[in-house]
Amino acid sequence: MLIRRNAIVIFMSVELMLNSVNLLLTAFSVYRGDATGQVFVFFIMALAAAEVAVGLAIIVMIYRNTNSIDINVLNRLKW
Amino acid sequence: MSTFYFIAFLSIFFSILVITAKNPVHSILYLILTFFTFTVHYILMNAQFLAVVNFIVYMGAILVLFLYTLMLINLNKESEPRKSNLVKFAGVIGGGCFLVTVIAALKALGVSHPVILQDPNLGLVKNLGKILFNEYLLPFEVSSILLLSAMVGAVLLATKDPKTA
Repeated sequence: MLIRRNAIVIFMSVELMLNSVNLLLTAFSVYRGDATGQVFVFFIMALAAAEVAVGLAIIVMIYRNTNSIDINVLNRLKW
Repeated sequence: MSTFYFIAFLSIFFSILVITAKNPVHSILYLILTFFTFTVHYILMNAQFLAVVNFIVYMGAILVLFLYTLMLINLNKESEPRKSNLVKFAGVIGGGCFLVTVIAALKALGVSHPVILQDPNLGLVKNLGKILFNEYLLPFEVSSILLLSAMVGAVLLATKDPKTA
């Protein structure tokens, strides 16, 4: 059961998780002397940017149709 | 070394503020500060290219997009009903268990000597570019197709249909 009900705050938390994985990958890449970790971080950043664009477009469209971004209201596929 | 601890404490503090702020605009501002502390972490690890890309992409593009969307949705003071005390209590118990696990795991470790950077050229743009374009050329090209499809998808999703509007 999710505590915060705002869809945008949930999305921001997903971005925070992705960024924490970036930090971990970079730390291990520096520790092992291997540059693969940092290249992978680069791809994760590109992917996160694309995902944010599409996700926010979806949220804007949901708001335009239902006038609410509360996930307890939106948890039905068809109302 | 104490710089690292200070910046790490700031990261955790701001990220906790992100998820507990009532106003979502405050959440986004705290998230910007959190990503700024991550940029400083990258600089501390000599990952210069990633620090700059983090600054430009995350703080300059993604969070600005979040702010635009939030302003478009035109939220007033977010009014969430008070959660029941049972849910809060269960959340505290769950978080406390996780905290105990993390502290126990950290106690079993020893602090190693500071990481000595073997190759100081590791985080520079030139070396990363060499590896990116030599070994990882296919994911690079595929990610360009990914960005194109994301752009097309976002524009298609967000335009108003002229027939139904």
